[in-house]
Amino acid sequence: MRKHGDSKEWQSERAAANGILNRRVFLEGAFVAAAAGTGSTAAGAEPLPVQGWMKQPGAGFSAYGQPSRFESKVARTIAPPANPATQGIGTARTPLQLLTGMITPNGLHFDRSHSGTPDIDPDQHRLLIHGLVKRPLTFTLDALARYPMESRISFIECAGNSGALSTAQAQPGNAQAIHGLLSCAEWTGVRLATLLDEAGVEPSAKWVVAEGADSAAMSRSVPLAKCMDDALVCLYQNGERVRPSNGYPIRLLLPGFEGNMNVKWLRRLKLTDAPVMAKDETSKYTVLLPDGKAWQFVFPMEVKSIITHPSPGLTLRGAGFYEIAGLAWSGQGRIRQVEVSADGGSSWAPAALQEPVLPKALTRFRAPWQWNGGPAILQSRATDDTGRMQPTRAQFVAERGLRGQYHYNAISTWRIDEKGEASNAFA
Amino acid sequence: MHSLDRIASRAALMIGAAMICAAVPAFSAEAPRFGAAIAPGDLSSWDISIGPDGAGLPPGRGTPAQGEAVYVAKCQACHGEKGAGRPNDVLVGGFGTIASDRPAVKTVGSYWPYATTLFDYIRRAMPFNESKSLTGDEVYAVSAYILQLNGVIGADDALDAQSLPKVKMPNRDGFTPFPR
Repeated sequence: MRKHGDSKEWQSERAAANGILNRRVFLEGAFVAAAAGTGSTAAGAEPLPVQGWMKQPGAGFSAYGQPSRFESKVARTIAPPANPATQGIGTARTPLQLLTGMITPNGLHFDRSHSGTPDIDPDQHRLLIHGLVKRPLTFTLDALARYPMESRISFIECAGNSGALSTAQAQPGNAQAIHGLLSCAEWTGVRLATLLDEAGVEPSAKWVVAEGADSAAMSRSVPLAKCMDDALVCLYQNGERVRPSNGYPIRLLLPGFEGNMNVKWLRRLKLTDAPVMAKDETSKYTVLLPDGKAWQFVFPMEVKSIITHPSPGLTLRGAGFYEIAGLAWSGQGRIRQVEVSADGGSSWAPAALQEPVLPKALTRFRAPWQWNGGPAILQSRATDDTGRMQPTRAQFVAERGLRGQYHYNAISTWRIDEKGEASNAFA
Repeated sequence: MHSLDRIASRAALMIGAAMICAAVPAFSAEAPRFGAAIAPGDLSSWDISIGPDGAGLPPGRGTPAQGEAVYVAKCQACHGEKGAGRPNDVLVGGFGTIASDRPAVKTVGSYWPYATTLFDYIRRAMPFNESKSLTGDEVYAVSAYILQLNGVIGADDALDAQSLPKVKMPNRDGFTPFPR
C-alpha cells in the first residue's frame, strides 16, 4: 500500500476535507510530479509471458458485434415479476457503476414497461395525428424517414428512479439497483412540431395525448408547448433503429421530462383542449405530499447527480489515489457545476466536467481523491444553469416528505469503510 | 424526332425556369409533407381516448352485479377477491391512508380522481393478457362493480356514457399542479 497523502505536492492541491484534491491536477498533471519518486520498484516482478492469443489467429468476423465474453457481468438487472402471470410489468436497470462516459449502449439502456415489449412490424405501423387539427394524418415509417432529421443527446430518467431512497433507513443497494432507471443516448428523428404543423393545429388545442401501440396502449397528456418546442419522434437510437424495449419502431422524446411521458411504440397523437387524465398521470406518477395532496403533472426531472465510482461493489484496493466519477443531469437545462465531498457534505470541492456539457443530457464529472484508508462519506451535488442546486436530503424531505414515490433528486451518499467497501447511506 | 422534341421542350422549360428564377429573388423549397389524409370515420377504431368530461365514451351500460360476474371470471386472479389486491394492484379501500402518516394505500376509491380513467384503463389495458377484449357493456359493468366495492356508487347504480362522468370520486380534489 502506497501512501501519497503526506507529500507536500498533494497537500497543496487539497480542495476539500478528507482527501478531495483540486480538479486542476487533471489539467496540469500536478499529480505526475507529486507521484515521482514514490513508484514501486521493479524488484520481484515476473517476466512478461507471451499469451496464446498472440501466437495464433483470432476469431473471424461477426455480423453484429458483442462485448467481450469477459464483460458478461455488464448487464441490466431485471426484478422478478410480482405475478408470473403478468409478464412484462417491471424494469431492466442500467449498470451505471460498470459504464463510463455519457452515452448508454443500446443493449444496456434502461427499460420500464407496463405490458411487455410488443413485436411491431414497421411496415404495418402507423402514426396517427388527429383531434384538434385541420387535417388528420397518418404516417408510415417510410414517410417519416423522408423528413429532415435532427439528433439530440438526451437522458431519459424514469420518474421512479432512486425511489429506493424514500425509506426512513438506508437500505442496501448499488448504483444500478437504486439509480439504474437512467440512461442517455443520441436520439434521431423528426421534430414533432414539423408533423403538427403539417396537420394544422387548431387554436383551441392545448394538449397532445400520446399513446403507444403496446398491449396497454400506455398514454400520457403532454402540453402542446413542449411538443412544439424540442420534442422528437425518434427513429434512431445511437445511430441504429430504436431498440424494441425502447420503443421500436418510433418513440416520443420529450427532453428532460419524466421517462413515462417519452411514449414508446408511439402510434397516436391526439390534440385536445385539456389533459385526458390517463391512469399514468393520476393514479401513478403523481407526487403525494405529507398533507395528503399530490402534485400532478410533474414534468421535468430536476437537477441531480450520483457518484458511480466508487460505489457499492467497486471495492477500493488500499489507500491512495482514486478518481471519484459520476453523472449529473437536469431536465431543465445544462449542468453548470458539480461539487464533491468526502466528509458527508461539510466541505465541498468542484469536480471537473467532461465536455460536451449538453442541456438535458448526462454530464460526466470527475474529481481526484486521495483516500487515506479511513472512513469517508462521499457525496456529489449538481447545479444547473437555471441556478437550481440539488437539494440535501433534509431540504428535500422538508419540502415534500418521503411519500412522493417519484422524482427523488436529493443528494445521495456512499459510505466508504476501512475495508474500502461502499454502501448506501443517508447523511 | 420524338427525342428531339423532348430535348427542345426541356430546353424551353429551362429557359422558362431561368426567367422565373431571375424574377423571384429566393428559391423557396416545398415543405416536406408526407402525411396521408385520413377521414374521421376511418380512425375511430384507434381513437380510444376518454376525457374526464366523458367525451369519447362508447355506448353500453352495466351494473355492479353484472360487473361482479365479469370480475370473478377475468380480474380476480390478479386483483384478489373484491379488489383486495395481490398479486397485482389493490383496487378497493385505503380510505384514510392518503392524508396520514401511515403508508398510503392508493386505490381506485382512495386516490383516483376520475371514474372515466377507470373505464378508460380497463378498456385499453385489461384483462392484462387479453386487452381490448371486453365489450362496452362489460367495461361499464366492471367499472361499476369496482366503484360499488369502494362505496362510491350504490348497488343499484348502473353506469353508462351519461352517468359515468357524473360520478364524484372521493379524492377528486386531492391534486395540485407542480409549483415549478
